[in-house]
Amino acid sequence: MRSSDANHSQALIEQVKQALANRTPVRIRGGNSKAFLGRAVDGLEIDTRPHRGIVNYDPTELLITARAGTPLSELEAALDAAGQMLPFEPPLADQGATVGGMIATGLSGPRRPWVGAVRDFVLGTRVINGDGHHLRFGGEVMKNVAGYDLSRLFTASFGCLGLLTEVSIKVLPKPRHTATLALSLTPEAALTQLAEWGQRALPISAAAHDGNTLYLRLEGGEGSLKDARNRLGGDGVDSDYWSQLNARTLPFFTDPLPLWRISLPHNTPLFALPGAQFLDWGGAQRWLKSDAPADAIRAIVRTYDGSATCYTQGITDSPFAPLSAILMRYHCQLKAKLDPLGIFNPGRMYSEL
Amino acid sequence: MSILYDERIDGALPVVDRAALLRALAAEIPDLEILSEPDELVPYECDALSVYRTTPMLVALPKRLEQVEALLKLCYARRVPVIARGAGTGLSAGVLPLPNAVLLVMERFTQILEIDPAARRARVQPGVRNVSISKACAPFGLYFAPDPSSQIACSIGGNVAENAGGVHCLKYGLTVHNILKLEILTVEGERLTIGSEALDTPGFDLLALFTGSEGMLGIITEITVKLLPKPKVAQVLLAAFDSVEKAGRAVADIIAAGIIPSGLEMMDNPAIRAAEDFIHAGYPIDAAAILLCELDGVEVDVEEDCERARNLLQNAGASEVRQAADEAERALFWAGRKNAFPAAGRLSPDYYCMDGTIPRRALPEVLRGIGRLSDEYKLRVTNVFHAGDGNMHPLILFDANKDDELERAETLGGKILELCVKVGGTITGEHGVGREKINHMCMQFNAKELTAFHAVKAAFDPEGLLNPGKNIPTLHRCAEFGGMHVHMGKMPFPELERF
Repeated sequence: MRSSDANHSQALIEQVKQALANRTPVRIRGGNSKAFLGRAVDGLEIDTRPHRGIVNYDPTELLITARAGTPLSELEAALDAAGQMLPFEPPLADQGATVGGMIATGLSGPRRPWVGAVRDFVLGTRVINGDGHHLRFGGEVMKNVAGYDLSRLFTASFGCLGLLTEVSIKVLPKPRHTATLALSLTPEAALTQLAEWGQRALPISAAAHDGNTLYLRLEGGEGSLKDARNRLGGDGVDSDYWSQLNARTLPFFTDPLPLWRISLPHNTPLFALPGAQFLDWGGAQRWLKSDAPADAIRAIVRTYDGSATCYTQGITDSPFAPLSAILMRYHCQLKAKLDPLGIFNPGRMYSEL
Repeated sequence: MSILYDERIDGALPVVDRAALLRALAAEIPDLEILSEPDELVPYECDALSVYRTTPMLVALPKRLEQVEALLKLCYARRVPVIARGAGTGLSAGVLPLPNAVLLVMERFTQILEIDPAARRARVQPGVRNVSISKACAPFGLYFAPDPSSQIACSIGGNVAENAGGVHCLKYGLTVHNILKLEILTVEGERLTIGSEALDTPGFDLLALFTGSEGMLGIITEITVKLLPKPKVAQVLLAAFDSVEKAGRAVADIIAAGIIPSGLEMMDNPAIRAAEDFIHAGYPIDAAAILLCELDGVEVDVEEDCERARNLLQNAGASEVRQAADEAERALFWAGRKNAFPAAGRLSPDYYCMDGTIPRRALPEVLRGIGRLSDEYKLRVTNVFHAGDGNMHPLILFDANKDDELERAETLGGKILELCVKVGGTITGEHGVGREKINHMCMQFNAKELTAFHAVKAAFDPEGLLNPGKNIPTLHRCAEFGGMHVHMGKMPFPELERF
């Protein structure tokens, strides 16, 4: 327990109740490290950061519960001290990211295709809903199918369905050994190799390609890493590469053009986009630096069954890929049922929500 | 308190003109097979929890998507409730029929539509059996990870509807972690795609919401699953303990040491004896508890992990640790555990399987509590336990033909679930709420939380026509249940009128 820990939930409930009484929209914020993502919200600010602290952490249960305003760096330090980690590698801890923001935005790092996303590790949430009630869904156990899985629904909903106050997350032990390899391969050859390696039990946990070089991270026991290195070849490089990629501080990201994140099915071939590309997630996530219009980028990405999200604010009114009419209808119905007065982060994801 | 649908507390159901519906179905979807004779309906009266039975109004057995679409449109226009059913292997009365609802059986949709080994995914119809996916993918060295014990019979559509698990969840996750995309027909018969072949999809995570939603939000017509490369080797250790506490400590020690076993199962003494009598797996019948610890992956790592796990088990006080010498012995070790249910069936004419999940540290306390309840209700209980993820399966042994034994078994089961909730757990880890645990939902969630669940349902099915009465209890039901079942001196719904 730290001196800064505080249960500030009553104050948050009061702020939501006040907003409901006045029918004033609220803009929920944690560390504001991901304020660039999504549409701007016009509303009274609710800052979750005073509601902070780790509520329960038992390494033998592979579980941590923390209040929304807890700095992500504090959570990661606690896990690290016990030899554990958040397997999905949430970004921006050093930019002041909070646990609540991590869940609300659902961003995952380089390990995502191999172990899962934020939502895969969310076990329970506490939420202040659109009636100003403080509710609990899911819990602190690994398996739980009682009721609808609202904890995962709230994950990556950008605060549009309620105010997250607390979350329980499954954690994993840190790998015993890590190695990073650099292989000189064209992007096409790298994608072919990755599709083949993906069908073998290899200890790969990250794969990125910058246009010239394929970077692979291996994680596991000493023996399996040695075997894999012999099999895959390449040169050993510093594993710090992956935190630079996750923080988007690699040279590719310094280009001043707008940044797009493109999510694609596994084994999508390399295809032309109007700008420079960087491959992550074994090719299932591609970063694009481009000033082409959103519609032009999305038209290309759609033909490969993917979606494009704009990571630079002010470029498009629709930073998240538009939904089909029927999907939007059900999104609106869910929003109307869970936030009937429409006060939570209105418009952050889509103008209709 | 009965779990059968009671319109007084579960809500009024639409009145359905059965004869008119049959005429309309024959006229508008003439090639759709319908069962309506009493003797034809009997096999569909229940799922694998066969103590609860209701005769369906009629059974529809479509073979083509267009038939399902037309059926849903017709039923929606006439306000006829629809209950979707897969293979019927569920354990929570999740597809218990209603006398005025159509039972929509999806078991004829058995096509594996596509396997893409390079992209590690497969597209399948909902009636495909769970094990068939892994069998079809085996030539590529791939498999589908969730393996519920009913995997030779259960269908993937049902796995999604229940968010099915299995013995390998701790390492490989539940169904929700192993699917990418669903094709849905809404209550109105519209086609809706949720999720995508990409790793993430714009908008809310409806894929997670639909997984485990028990047929309440839409009808699943196609599933895209993730495939994993088959681990190169698997090894299993069998450890015997003279107390449950020691076995529980060994589990915590293994996890704390940074080992994630692919399976970590515990059995108590009555379960060990029952399994040994049935399977002759060589289990130590005098042990208070045994642990089965399976480690899989690349050979060198598995060897290293086995050595470490063996030391941890011994240090935690195991009286004996055996490592399966070969694949045959590994299969034998598992056979005892996998046949724990039928083994219990040999001890007693009937058994009732519970599914609570608890924080692992509460295991000794909960097992002692179950022992006390077993004495109090004079019914034997054997315990098998997915120790890695805290999911317990106490099996209550009873004889439905004897006096009040079924009633006592139900009450005892409810008390066990109450104990699970009390220690911070849940009433169901993987079997689902269905109709079986509808009353127990009132112990785990308060009225506001249940109201939020109903709000989600209303966003997809405002008139409540899909699988009425399952998964989420009405507040009236909870008020009545609470009246009978005062919890720790407190009514769960003091603000509601009593009926």
